[in-house]
Amino acid sequence: MNEKKVVIPIGPYHPLQEEPEFFKLYCDGEIVRDVVWESGYNHRGIEKVCEGKSYDQVTFVVERICGICSTSHPFAYVNAVEDIVSIDVPTRAKYIRSIIGELERIHSHLLWLGLAGHFIGYNTVFMWAWKYREPILDISEMVTGNRNHYAMFKAGGVRRDIENEYIPEIRKVMNKLKPKIDLFVGAVMDDPVIHSRTKGIGVLTKEDIKEFHALGPTARASGIAIDVRKDDPYAAYPLVKWKVITFDEGDVFAKVKVRLLEFYESISIIEQCLKGLEKEKNSPIEIKIKTIPPGEGIGRHEAPRGEVFHYVRSDGTNRPIRHKIRAPSFMNVPTFRASCIGQTVSDVTLILAAVDPCYCCTERLLTLYDWETGKKTMTFNDLIKLSHAKTARVMKKR
Amino acid sequence: MGIKEYCFKKSLWVFHIAASPCNNCDIEILDCLTPRYDIERFGMLLTGSIKHADVLLVTGMVNKKAKKRVKELYDQVPKPCVVVAVGTCPSSGILFKESYNFAGPLDKVIPVDVYIPGCPPKPEAIIAGIVKFLNKK
Repeated sequence: MNEKKVVIPIGPYHPLQEEPEFFKLYCDGEIVRDVVWESGYNHRGIEKVCEGKSYDQVTFVVERICGICSTSHPFAYVNAVEDIVSIDVPTRAKYIRSIIGELERIHSHLLWLGLAGHFIGYNTVFMWAWKYREPILDISEMVTGNRNHYAMFKAGGVRRDIENEYIPEIRKVMNKLKPKIDLFVGAVMDDPVIHSRTKGIGVLTKEDIKEFHALGPTARASGIAIDVRKDDPYAAYPLVKWKVITFDEGDVFAKVKVRLLEFYESISIIEQCLKGLEKEKNSPIEIKIKTIPPGEGIGRHEAPRGEVFHYVRSDGTNRPIRHKIRAPSFMNVPTFRASCIGQTVSDVTLILAAVDPCYCCTERLLTLYDWETGKKTMTFNDLIKLSHAKTARVMKKR
Repeated sequence: MGIKEYCFKKSLWVFHIAASPCNNCDIEILDCLTPRYDIERFGMLLTGSIKHADVLLVTGMVNKKAKKRVKELYDQVPKPCVVVAVGTCPSSGILFKESYNFAGPLDKVIPVDVYIPGCPPKPEAIIAGIVKFLNKK
């Protein structure tokens, strides 16, 4: 690193984002030349905790990976377990799962929209977005019993039914939300300040997306129509009509647009699912799974931020022997190497926030293996050896 | 009225420490500040600097990497201050106590004044917790 460059540390505890993470910006004047990201403030060893719990308990553990996308992880996990058992859940359960998944997408996108507004300096957008998010949380509370961490999912179906008496109330809230989204769309599309702050900023090209394997709205804003709900349909998504929203620009503005237009798709999916629920009156909501055979399964779900991937291996006992989780931010956050470098410091905050990073999801332990020799590239013991070697060097100099 | 009571009489400024949480308590804290609950009416502000804070809201099970930082932050707060453990994680550790990265519940790291259980606690519960503490003084 060039010595002339100024280093700006951001974090780990800072008012910008609610999660602890550490960014180091190497700047040349106003221009950012390099970004270093350090994580680990949030690592809780969830994969290991999961391996000590029974299949039924794991749904609650994976829910606590992340508070914003607290349905995405159980969704992917139950898909993985059902992949091992190879069963198909009842249609009513599928509809309920999709409704909860989409409710979560709406509240997560509203949360992001508010925070993005706050980063630009539009605190009005922040307050409005969070105000209109509350009715969605109220529905969640009514239907599932909790504002977040719904505990609705279960391998083989869902834990609770959405009573048919709740359906008119959900419809009412959805109808009320639509004009509010129109308002946001109008505000974003017409405002010259938002245009000048977000257009052409932090551009990710198609090649960048492919190189970093970015997912979700980040990829869709760069013209790649990747969406697990369409590519590998599950739950009620093949039963309803909706479309994948893509834009070609790849800048922050495109990411805002993708998320804004996804609100309409989510609302339409929920409405179609509610119709489906009314048709499927008094049908079962779960299949009892007695034993889980040895084998392995994968489950995927399109979380608000992209594809969540869960891998579960079973040896026939009542607890998984391996549980691997990969969250979308794990792929999305490193794109800052392509989008931040060469931008000004004031834009970098917005670019870092534009991928909607979720560090709680991302904090997994990673070990790299050398492709040719098959050895671990750097173990803890190697690090200790390095440290010992340095001490020896320092002592020699004295 | 002692100096301690006088300090907490008006406009509490809040600093938020996320000691490896799942985000949910943090969002509920932000929820308190936004229009539905709006505790900013009472002069409560989320401050960016620890040196301006009266109240520390700590969320999350404290992991090994965060433990040192939490201690350091606590040393920097002007005293007297109130430390609030928001959620069950900092109070007891719940399911994370089996984790290899668990560094003890919050009260093993810094002294805690208020415990607000819940996963996550509702915004009403967070507000009620602070009010209870202030009335006790």
